[in-house]
Amino acid sequence: MTNFERFLDTFFNGKVMLKYLPDILSGMVVTIELAVLIVLSGLAAGLSLALIRSLAIRPINWLIIFVVDLFRSLPPLVIIVLMYFGLPYAEVSPSGFVSTWLSLALVLMAFSEEIFWAGITSVHKGQWEAARSTGLSFGQTLMNVVLPQALRITIPPLTNRTIAITKGTALGTVVAVTEILGEASSAVSNSYNPSPLMLGAAAYLVLFLPVVVLARRLETKFAWKR
Amino acid sequence: MAPDTQAIVDARAIHKHFGALHVLKGVDLKVAERELVFVIGPSGSGKSTLLRCLNRLEEPSSGSILVDGIDMLDARTDINHARQRIGMVFQSFNLYPHMTALGNVTLALRKVAGKSRAEADRLGQAALERVGLADRAGHTPGQLSGGQQQRVAIARSIALEPRVMLFDEPTSALDPELVGSVLEVMRSLRESGMTMIVVSHEMGFARNAADRVVFMDDGLIVEQGPPAAIFESPTHERTRAFIGQIQRH
Repeated sequence: MTNFERFLDTFFNGKVMLKYLPDILSGMVVTIELAVLIVLSGLAAGLSLALIRSLAIRPINWLIIFVVDLFRSLPPLVIIVLMYFGLPYAEVSPSGFVSTWLSLALVLMAFSEEIFWAGITSVHKGQWEAARSTGLSFGQTLMNVVLPQALRITIPPLTNRTIAITKGTALGTVVAVTEILGEASSAVSNSYNPSPLMLGAAAYLVLFLPVVVLARRLETKFAWKR
Repeated sequence: MAPDTQAIVDARAIHKHFGALHVLKGVDLKVAERELVFVIGPSGSGKSTLLRCLNRLEEPSSGSILVDGIDMLDARTDINHARQRIGMVFQSFNLYPHMTALGNVTLALRKVAGKSRAEADRLGQAALERVGLADRAGHTPGQLSGGQQQRVAIARSIALEPRVMLFDEPTSALDPELVGSVLEVMRSLRESGMTMIVVSHEMGFARNAADRVVFMDDGLIVEQGPPAAIFESPTHERTRAFIGQIQRH
């Protein structure tokens, strides 16, 4: 056996891969479920906070800034662990799945709020004035004039951040979520062979490459000439 | 303004403070229907602020403002409804970059005036026609020259059939060769009987088209009168100095 054959036999062992493929696939399903939930709830919460912040009610804005800064500073793993092992003391026992979902959604909420907010404030004051001078209300101006422009600016940083946080689903392994990485690492310990990990890596590529490509196309589509 | 005509804009004792800065120090301005009033003065004299107080883009610190009989500073006034009657054109056009020219013109027609899309499109197209840009309806602001953008901005205002139009240095951001087309549109608006208050340095236009020129300095109206009187024989030293300066250019 040459070194290269030994390498293939270790990392890309067909027999092991075939055996654990169903596990990895079911891990993929869990990862997709988590990712979709995190992205939808995290972005919706982040956008809502940014919209509330634009109302400029001081005490509420202080609260938003505090929450956002908190979840941007804490490592996601710490939040997951606190939620999973800490909340039971408050008579709430979220599953590993729910802990991972909520924790990462909160992190995405915090980061996306900042990105949405930056987008909203980057829209020139004259846009507000022109719209308000024609009789549009604050809310109508925000929704029809400011937000469409803000969202276009936010798409590149938003997709980057969303992808980075969604990959954090792998942290769910520490609270026994059977997502891709969880399935792959238990397969590695059972088979004494790292091939399932390669399978897991392939699963992440299959999941996230299309998302990255889609993000790039969105960025191009929504770019407009000033 | 002649005593027998009805004032459409009646602003009294307008004061505006920006923090410690006293920008308007008690300005009275009455404008008659169909009148074109030109407001001139050095930068920082408060002329733009005065204009922006009239539709409450700036909140006056004190004073009273009636526009078309509506008390603009009354808390019970529906300001969004009142603003439909007051068109405003800005130095930097402020067109919505994510919409076509027609989209820019029809947004308030649909959202504020409550027109159906078809009706708004028809009115919007007619407004673009009036500024000579009917064939640019589908273009976005980025595809239009500065002069065309400013004309779309004028169309956006006149589509709502305002009772008075405010122009805040409408040609200051334009290349010299594009100024003419915007002034042309303003002239035809004037001929259609629109009441207009114009803050601008286009003295030639003021001379030809204005009924009255108002000279402001340091937050106050220093003097006002027919263009010929203000330009040829100003009575105040400050007016004379300002007119002299701008005519040297």
